[in-house]
Amino acid sequence: MPNSHEVLFRTLADPTRRAIFERVCREGEQTVRALTADAGVSQPAVSKHLAVLKRAGLVLDRHEGRQTHYRAQPGALAPLLDWTRQMAGFWQSRFDHLEDLLKRMDQ
Amino acid sequence: MTKTATETLSVVVERDVPFPPEKIWRALTQPHLIEEWLMKNDFKPVPGHRFDFRADWGSVDCRVLTVEPNRTLAYTWSAYGLESVVTWTLSATSTGTHLRMEQSGFLPDQQQAYQGAKYGWQKFFANLEAVLARID
Repeated sequence: MPNSHEVLFRTLADPTRRAIFERVCREGEQTVRALTADAGVSQPAVSKHLAVLKRAGLVLDRHEGRQTHYRAQPGALAPLLDWTRQMAGFWQSRFDHLEDLLKRMDQ
Repeated sequence: MTKTATETLSVVVERDVPFPPEKIWRALTQPHLIEEWLMKNDFKPVPGHRFDFRADWGSVDCRVLTVEPNRTLAYTWSAYGLESVVTWTLSATSTGTHLRMEQSGFLPDQQQAYQGAKYGWQKFFANLEAVLARID
């Protein structure tokens, strides 16, 4: 299991950060200033959350004059979908082992 | 985002097994038997007991949540930054047992209430689904 899951889980674990990401997804490209107005935290805090989102590949930034705009990269969520597939495969194989064991066990 | 997105962090595996629940329960709860089909462990069938599963690729931190002999077993499963709950359900059938495993994942800040946490993830993905349907 690659650690891309872990990065995404940790990145989205913070409710403020998750809310910022949801908002960028919902409303399209946003400036830091616009995001700060609704986030309920300071602009430096919002910038810090955006930097973490950017490191996880969840947002892209674009500089225009003194403003930085952020837009969502929803494709970065793909590893979360992979997680389900991987765990399902893991448990299917464990069920096979369990059935083998049950056949060997005394009643 | 597709329909599966809202179910992203839930995995269900079900199987009809030609053995009685009592026998399967032993395989699910006795450490030396668990090791044979799952992983090395220090499991005890006691709610609140903390244990881990160990494999060559790493370990999984767990805590026992529910123990209803021959019926239900649930424990937390924490690995790779994701807290999840694994729930085993055993239902006797005319030919043996219907065995069901559900693993539901949720984020580390939402551990307090399992149901609430599960909802949190689903809500998150449901919101995104609605949003992403409108993006390209």
